[in-house]
Amino acid sequence: MADDKSNAAAYWKANVRLIAGCLVVWAFVSYGCAILFRPLLAGIPVGGTDLGFWFAQQGSILTFIVLIFFYAWKMNKLDEKFGLGE
Amino acid sequence: MSQFAINLLFVGASFALYIGIAVWARAGSTKDFYVAGGGVHPITNGMATAADWMSAASFISMAGLLASGGYANSSFLMGWTGGYVILAMLLAPYLRKFGKFTVPDFIGDRFYSNTARLVAVICLVVASVTYVIGQMTGAGVAFSRFLEVSNTWGIWIAAFIVFLYAVFGGMKGITYTQVAQYVVLIIAYTIPAVFIAMQLTGNPIPMFGMFSTHTESGLPLLTKLNAVLNELGFRDYTADVDNKLNMVLFTLSLMVGTAGLPHVIIRFFTVPKVADARWSAGWALVFIALLYLTAPAVASMARLNLMTTVYPQAAGQVESYEDAMDNALIYEERPEWIRTWEETGLITFTDRNNDGRVQLYNDGNEDFADTAEARGWEGSELSVNNDILVLANPEIANLPPWVIGLIAAGGIAAALSTAAGLLLAISSAISHDLIKTMINPKISEKGEMLAARISMGGAILLATYLGLNPPGFAAQTVALAFGIAGASLFPALMMGIFSKRMNSKGAIAGMLAGLLCTLLYIFTYLGWLFIPGTNMLPNTAENWIFGVSPLSFGAVGAMINFAVAFAVSSATEEPPQAIQDLVESVRSPKGAGMAVDH
Repeated sequence: MADDKSNAAAYWKANVRLIAGCLVVWAFVSYGCAILFRPLLAGIPVGGTDLGFWFAQQGSILTFIVLIFFYAWKMNKLDEKFGLGE
Repeated sequence: MSQFAINLLFVGASFALYIGIAVWARAGSTKDFYVAGGGVHPITNGMATAADWMSAASFISMAGLLASGGYANSSFLMGWTGGYVILAMLLAPYLRKFGKFTVPDFIGDRFYSNTARLVAVICLVVASVTYVIGQMTGAGVAFSRFLEVSNTWGIWIAAFIVFLYAVFGGMKGITYTQVAQYVVLIIAYTIPAVFIAMQLTGNPIPMFGMFSTHTESGLPLLTKLNAVLNELGFRDYTADVDNKLNMVLFTLSLMVGTAGLPHVIIRFFTVPKVADARWSAGWALVFIALLYLTAPAVASMARLNLMTTVYPQAAGQVESYEDAMDNALIYEERPEWIRTWEETGLITFTDRNNDGRVQLYNDGNEDFADTAEARGWEGSELSVNNDILVLANPEIANLPPWVIGLIAAGGIAAALSTAAGLLLAISSAISHDLIKTMINPKISEKGEMLAARISMGGAILLATYLGLNPPGFAAQTVALAFGIAGASLFPALMMGIFSKRMNSKGAIAGMLAGLLCTLLYIFTYLGWLFIPGTNMLPNTAENWIFGVSPLSFGAVGAMINFAVAFAVSSATEEPPQAIQDLVESVRSPKGAGMAVDH
């Protein structure tokens, strides 16, 4: 029982760490590249405008998709590793 | 065949399909009715979620918003997609593991309190009802424009169709019609966009065309667009915004609002496993992105198309735009689509300087007034409603009549699919949380099904009534729906999963604090209950606290919710052991299959 408990706790800790990592990327592309750091990226041209504009209109959405699939894939591995899958 | 007959054929065929699905997917049990039996494939659910999520606003209005606002309105794109990242990681898998039917179910059980359940039910009903008004009016507009029936008839027809598949099929009927509706709406959205991208850039994929070269001028499309807009006193399409704080908060509000909207969350209760809920969120975003990556391309291309329709010579390789500005479109020679839309009143023209030509420029820009005067312009003469961009696209690109029929069916599909999802969220909260859990726990399965169907019927009637008599504030209600979902439901759900220590007092205090602060801020600027003239401060940027607009306040409301909840919770007792065990079990996917039959 105690083992079960510490196993579950370790699983949860790994999950929270993974989420934190993913959300850093999530915030970096949308709030960072697309909004706050856009002036810093102004020197990088993309199709007639700058990289920040691309992130605001396409780049963040594409990154979001990759993030969710990456998270789902990683979590499947964690489920297996900790024996908590269905 | 006339255009009317073609529209009728397309819309009629799509309705026949939805009704066919309704007959096939009747709900036999409450589990069928609330969560489609819990056996929906993650990709199927992703597609249904995309249709559930993409409303008349996404289909019809978003491209117009982007076209008029340019970069500044990118918040809609990031906000309405980024919410799925937090939904996939912070809510969906755990709520699926919990294995009940509704959002208030979780809040009520996790915070062991019927008060919390009731607050959740009220938030859910208010958010969903305000949201559904826009869907009904959107469907009414699409009907009256394409099928030449009155707005009133349009709304009644829409209500009848939804009634057929939602009341009989419940979530099961809704799921499979939403899949069909997604296919209809994405085809309808993409085809005209591909043709326009081809015409302007030679690249058939709109999202790439947007960042490639404009064939006629040889310049990058966005550079060309900026140049033309500059010449007319408009801001650059790609211009940065000054108020970054507001843009960040607005984007964040849309994200937490998206993640907290109950009609989206309950879609993830329909998949068989916890892992499926995670994959399904990814698939939902893929299907949503097919439209959301095309929308900004449609927006920039349509804006350029509009400008070069008015100033035909501005399209080519020009050294100076002065000639183009003098040779604006002669009103009598305007293209057919302008004539069609003038009839609806959504495009209007007044020849202010009586030169027989159309002038379209930014007459609100004081720095530009001298240039305009020198050109003999006396005010912008053409006004174009934002909402027609997508609907008029096939006509602007000279596409065959069947594409227009497809757009009609697509617009109606977008409105109906979202309306059905919202109605299910409302009716399940009433029949399951209010009647079954709180008022009459002894109700039989059959009785609960009947209650669910009656509340669905009631919700449809209410939505129809509100669609026919839209309150004057229909446009502002979106802020309300997102504000409530983001400031009250999202934090409560998240803390219920991520904080074992959170007790009922903290959660209730947090939800109420988030909700009330958000309502207070919105009503201060938009009027109490949106009644015009009752606002305490004018709704302009100078009056906003720290420049935060009422639309952006949902994120601040969510932070208030978190802060109050933690303060109150840490000052009061720990939640009972049984609840802490419940949180433990929600966090682990193991045994999710069993939890669903309760």
